[in-house]
Amino acid sequence: MDITLPILILAIPITMFLVLGIGGVKMSRKLAGVLGICGLGTTAVLAYIVAFTYYFSGDPLFILDGVRQQYQVFDVTWLAFTQRLVVNLGFLLDPISAMMLIVITTISFMVHLYSWGYMEHEPGFQRYYAFLSLFTFSMLGLVVATNIFQMYIFWELVGVSSYLLIGFFYKLPSAVSASKKAFIVTRFADLGFLIGILVLSYFTDTFNFITLTQNPESVLGSTGGATFMGASALTWAMVLIFTGGMGKSAMLPLHIWLPDAMEGPTPVSALIHAATMVVAGVYLVARMFPVYCVVPSSLTFVTVVGAITAFYAAAVACAQIDIKRILAFSTISQIAFMMVSLGVAYDQPIEGVHYSGLGYMASMFHLFTHAMFKALLFLGAGALIHAVHSNNYTAMGGLYKYMPITHWTFLIGCLAIAGIPPFSGFFSKDEMLAAMYANNWVWGAWMSMVAGLTAFYMFRMYFLVFWWKENPHYKEHRPHDAPWQMSLPLIILAAVSCVAGFIPFGEFITWNGEPYHIHLEAPVAITSIIIALIGIFIAFKLYFKENSVPTRLKNMMPTLWEAAHRRFYWDEIYQFITHKIIFGIICRSIAWFDRHVIDATMDGMAWIAQRASASIKGMQNGAIQAYVIWYFMGAVVLAAITWLCLI
Amino acid sequence: MDYSQFGAMLPELIVLGIFLIVFLFDTFSGEGAKKALPSLTTILFALGTVAIWIVPASAEPVFGGMYVNTPACNAIKAILNVGVFIVFLQSVKWVDSESMKIRRGEFYELLLVTLFGMYLMVSARHFLLFIIGLESASLPLAALVAFNKKEYESHEAAIKYIMTAVFSSAILLCGLSFVYAFSGGSLYFSDIAVALSIGETSGLLLVAIAFVLAGLGFKLSLVPFHLWTADVYEGAPTSITSYLSVVSKGAAAFAFFIIFTQCFGAVYSDAWEWMLYAVIIATITVGNLFAMRQKNMKRFMAFSSISQAGYLMLGAVADSSLGLGSMMFYIFVYIVSNLGAFAVIQTIEYQTGKLNMDDYNGLHKTNPWLSFAMTLAMFSLAGIPPFAGFFSKFLIFTSVTGTGSMALYMLVLIALINTIISLYYYLLVVKAIWISGDAPKIESFRSDGASRAALWISVAGIVFFGLVPYIYQYCIDSVMASQDSILSAILPLFVG
Repeated sequence: MDITLPILILAIPITMFLVLGIGGVKMSRKLAGVLGICGLGTTAVLAYIVAFTYYFSGDPLFILDGVRQQYQVFDVTWLAFTQRLVVNLGFLLDPISAMMLIVITTISFMVHLYSWGYMEHEPGFQRYYAFLSLFTFSMLGLVVATNIFQMYIFWELVGVSSYLLIGFFYKLPSAVSASKKAFIVTRFADLGFLIGILVLSYFTDTFNFITLTQNPESVLGSTGGATFMGASALTWAMVLIFTGGMGKSAMLPLHIWLPDAMEGPTPVSALIHAATMVVAGVYLVARMFPVYCVVPSSLTFVTVVGAITAFYAAAVACAQIDIKRILAFSTISQIAFMMVSLGVAYDQPIEGVHYSGLGYMASMFHLFTHAMFKALLFLGAGALIHAVHSNNYTAMGGLYKYMPITHWTFLIGCLAIAGIPPFSGFFSKDEMLAAMYANNWVWGAWMSMVAGLTAFYMFRMYFLVFWWKENPHYKEHRPHDAPWQMSLPLIILAAVSCVAGFIPFGEFITWNGEPYHIHLEAPVAITSIIIALIGIFIAFKLYFKENSVPTRLKNMMPTLWEAAHRRFYWDEIYQFITHKIIFGIICRSIAWFDRHVIDATMDGMAWIAQRASASIKGMQNGAIQAYVIWYFMGAVVLAAITWLCLI
Repeated sequence: MDYSQFGAMLPELIVLGIFLIVFLFDTFSGEGAKKALPSLTTILFALGTVAIWIVPASAEPVFGGMYVNTPACNAIKAILNVGVFIVFLQSVKWVDSESMKIRRGEFYELLLVTLFGMYLMVSARHFLLFIIGLESASLPLAALVAFNKKEYESHEAAIKYIMTAVFSSAILLCGLSFVYAFSGGSLYFSDIAVALSIGETSGLLLVAIAFVLAGLGFKLSLVPFHLWTADVYEGAPTSITSYLSVVSKGAAAFAFFIIFTQCFGAVYSDAWEWMLYAVIIATITVGNLFAMRQKNMKRFMAFSSISQAGYLMLGAVADSSLGLGSMMFYIFVYIVSNLGAFAVIQTIEYQTGKLNMDDYNGLHKTNPWLSFAMTLAMFSLAGIPPFAGFFSKFLIFTSVTGTGSMALYMLVLIALINTIISLYYYLLVVKAIWISGDAPKIESFRSDGASRAALWISVAGIVFFGLVPYIYQYCIDSVMASQDSILSAILPLFVG
């Protein structure tokens, strides 16, 4: 494949970032918006061309004997520190990176378009588009990375872009602290990631994904002996690498940044904190999947973390008021779903049916469909917030007749996430659940329950926002549907969510490149539909019309409600650890040392330098005679000193 | 005599040719045509630079071994030419000014003659030729320093310069006469090297070497031979100051390396190793300590250039091809960084007459591009990554520590500590420009095209050559090529 298109895919967004970032101040909003949208539109078209070439051209580079290949379009040496430590930069095309190209550019384009309406009156509009371009560049660079170090670099870059965009309204203290929180928590997790990379590459002598994953057993052969605290070095490496994914994908206990990240502009939440960046952790595990398979215990770790997180987030989502927070917790829960699905993907054949890798395919499938419908839901939430100027459902209610487009598209999103056929979420979730049941019925039952909760809290929000009772404020300020720039992406994404489930996903993406024919497992499918319907039905009963049951329920178990509402006190726990223990005890002593020992040394040196400088100023007195004397004395003294040294 | 030998002197011939063209043009052309002189000279010079850069050096010793243009010599000439080219661009506005108009030819002529002298210093392999080069590089410079003839400071600077130059020449010649005695009557570098490697190290030899070091230390403004620097830099026209601070220093540093490794290499660890350590430490430290207190930008740059010369000399300590390559790269980076700073200082001086650091307060509000360029130049001079100055310092430190001796580690450590001190005063400028809350004292203006071009070239060099190792590779390659061609001629130690 020609390298022009891949290079352009990366070059256009970064150029846009530079152009808008440097020249944005002087541009009109319109120009900046058009530039951003056109740049991203072009990138999207190119990404589609590349992805479709990869999937459909039948080129033996991409598909050989029916097996999809991993192909490095280019891979150049960037930094050769030593012979062993060489960092490359490249562009890897394989089933999942091609899919991610489509997901990222599609959602990013929708968000660019949507933001034109949503951010119209915000100051710093040009800066906003610059950051969006930077994010898109970083995310694209992340998914096409040919080696884990390149991935790490772009991983940090998406972290930076996320930080910049969460803190976009930098005059709001809450936005500033949310951006700091997001950056610090994910950066902390990335420390684990980096250590994991170093441990892994120390034993394998390579960063390259293809080398690592094509034949992991042989590459990892030398790690057998080394152990640390009862686990092999390789297990540690893989768990630590997964820690990075836990940070970015907001898995328990590193999830605390994501709900706060909703302080950013809503389109940003749709792009970064729902569809693309937060699935980077899933993508990372998928990318390293063959290596994870060598260490089943690390996959079990992934499963357990995912299962706990999925339930936790779903439970919390039931007790939130802010609709963006509900969506944030729903995102955490859904990503955890994908994690579990990846975690259970490795298994021996059961009763002749080879389930190995089904979970992998399902996870990627869900990543794709989730990106679409969650972006849809977030953008819909943005339209709602745009209309009523509040994030809380208490300010909404009965909106169905004021905002029909938003209502219908939002409903489609809710149906998709709840797993009702024929919407896309049903198909992907069904495959995931099938994989979980195939591994162990415990996982399946647990995640089915989470799926039921998902249907419940999504429809709780839906009914409270669109039905319940009409908010009296509408008389003063009549809500209406958003302008076309905002409605168009909603409609497109809703359409995608309706049909995406019918994509024969297994033909394109499997863990080993061989096609897998998707077939619905009737028992699993029927069970999950019934569970989803039960969840929706309860939500309907409780929240369709205004009634006192929810309040009474809440008063019946105030502790539980309060605990769920306050996210089971995770933030308080973190607050205690960071403020009381780390800041209060550890940092205070370090600060004392810093001020009284290190600073004092530096101040002392500066003082000495100033004094020395003052004391020799007489040397430069302006008289040429003195200069010449110094000159001559200097020469003589030099000779004398050397002579003395010799003797 | 074989006149084809002149073919080996291509760089000198080019500069001489340009000099003659400028001289004849200046003498015979009418008043109107003279306006074209700056652009004519600059363009000719640019072409000459390209020619020197691309035509491979002959590397054959000619005139009985007095002169050789090895690839390394050729490379340093090309690098110096870049500096001179930028200086030419910077000075277009100045030479077109009312008081200068009548003498603009002289400016170019004198400057080209000094450059010719520096070429000879670089390529000389015989002390007679070297002294000729040194003097023709020094004396016209005194005239250039006095070029603002209506200004008292300019005269004072010229007097100080010529006095110190004469004195340093005397010391140098005195040292050389001792060396002549040791070498048994030869002034060829190779003969001296052979004689010294056989004979014993005596006190007189040490005096001789100390005197030679002092003589060259004048051109490099090494401490304690530096005292003229600040006064001359302050008094001289700014174009000349920038020329003095980079080109003159670069040529002297290269010549220093050649002389000390090729003549005195055999008595290195006995005789001049410690001498050089002492001088380097003194130079870096004293330069820094004085720079901290300066308020006048030209004086500030003078002391900054003194301490930079100390870093430059670290390349000579390394005494290896890597050291020479790093030193040449350092010279290049120093040229673009320092000339970037001088371009800003000069533009501001010509537009507003302001030269004090306080005047720069709040500059970013009125002249953002100049502020940006100045900041980059300061960052590069201070050695902040990823700008070129970081890599030049890093490479020169690496070349020194590569030899692995404890004393050299200590030397590098002291240099590193001094880097921190230098960061302080370089950042003072940046602080004045960006952080000082005062109302800007310099109003917005648009500088002339040529000096803007000079600034752009410098900024591009600072940013680009930090990221792309092309120039460094060029320096190292040329040094390596020179080593091959010279090995058979003289002792194996010698490079260049």
